[in-house]
Amino acid sequence: MAARFLWASRVASHLKISIAQRGFASVVLKDLKYAESHEWVKIDGNKATFGITDHAQDHLGDVVYVELPDLGRSVSQGESFGAVESVKATSDINSPVSGKVVEVNEVLSESPGLVNTSPYEDGWIIKVELSDAEEAKKLMDSDKYSKFCEEEDAKH
Amino acid sequence: MSVKRVGLPLMNVVKLRGTPILQQLLLEERLLRSSSANWCIVNDGTNLPNIVMGLSGKPCELVELEPVIRDQVPVIKRFTGGGTVIVDENTLFVSLICNRNDVPDVQPYPRSVMAWSGSLYSQVFNGIGDFQLRENDYVFGDRKFGGNAQSITRNRWIHHTSFLWDYSESNMAYLKLPSRVPQYRLERDHTDFVCRMKDYIERAGFIEKTIKAVGTQFMLKELSFDEIDDSCREHLETTRLLTLDELKETLAKTTQNESIAQAV
Repeated sequence: MAARFLWASRVASHLKISIAQRGFASVVLKDLKYAESHEWVKIDGNKATFGITDHAQDHLGDVVYVELPDLGRSVSQGESFGAVESVKATSDINSPVSGKVVEVNEVLSESPGLVNTSPYEDGWIIKVELSDAEEAKKLMDSDKYSKFCEEEDAKH
Repeated sequence: MSVKRVGLPLMNVVKLRGTPILQQLLLEERLLRSSSANWCIVNDGTNLPNIVMGLSGKPCELVELEPVIRDQVPVIKRFTGGGTVIVDENTLFVSLICNRNDVPDVQPYPRSVMAWSGSLYSQVFNGIGDFQLRENDYVFGDRKFGGNAQSITRNRWIHHTSFLWDYSESNMAYLKLPSRVPQYRLERDHTDFVCRMKDYIERAGFIEKTIKAVGTQFMLKELSFDEIDDSCREHLETTRLLTLDELKETLAKTTQNESIAQAV
């Protein structure tokens, strides 16, 4: 737990954002937005970077493969655009906002485990050109997402 | 209808026999992505030997390409994760496609779904052969007889299993030893690692007990294959049969790479 907080502190310092330490388990970074399907998004002007959250990677297990979309492909909020494979499962990655894919993290083809070890930094998955900046308002901030994760885990 | 069954979610049960595995997998992928119902698909043996790889499978690493090409063994890439199997009329298949809200105690993540399946099959194999879920396999003792794979979408998941009712050594020779093996395998070769389900349970009895176990959590409704609504086909289909040209090209590249490696 302490090691994870230290890692998060270093990430946050690098990204110049503050973090919220949850009472247990996964790390949630402030200044990112979150979808209920456990993807994070960082918006920078009309571009957005996505990945899956620390909560998601922790529950998925060791990621052995990432299926990346083609450049130029359109993605829609809430719809699947790719998948990760872990254990014996393929799990959809859903787009937190709509847009056009302008960059994919090719490094994940050789090092899919970055999704586990660095979900908010080196494990980013795609970058898109936003088609509707207003969509981000439907997403959760870090406090709401933290609570969402706690409630989800508490049910099981 | 007994009182305890009131309020259970509905599960459609489809019993197949000898259905080609490609057809079964395409059906499952369609039902996962385009249906909102729960499904239990049982295929009592497929018709011909086929090799089936998981989504990320690479033929050059998993398959003995030369004999596969020579003997024209079909190679399929399926939409779920997991490893490579060769299936035939002595492989039994059980697939469970569920809405996450209909199985609320199960989180939509691989380990949670896997654990749920283990408890389901514990009912089926109660008192039979020291059954357990070991890592991600179904075993009797320490010998594998069932391999699992899953696909998880936003609100639904599939957990499907291929059961080794029986198998032929000559068919197994088409597969390479994978680089990722479960820890409990230790250094055992194939014949010491797997076992035949037919040595433990009757074929018809297994299917009956499995459906009965599913019936403890769902209200069952049996449908024939023809009764499945196939009007909605808007999903992205990732299951596919690899072409002979693809396999030959892979073999050529592999051979070339090996030659270069040897020359260096």
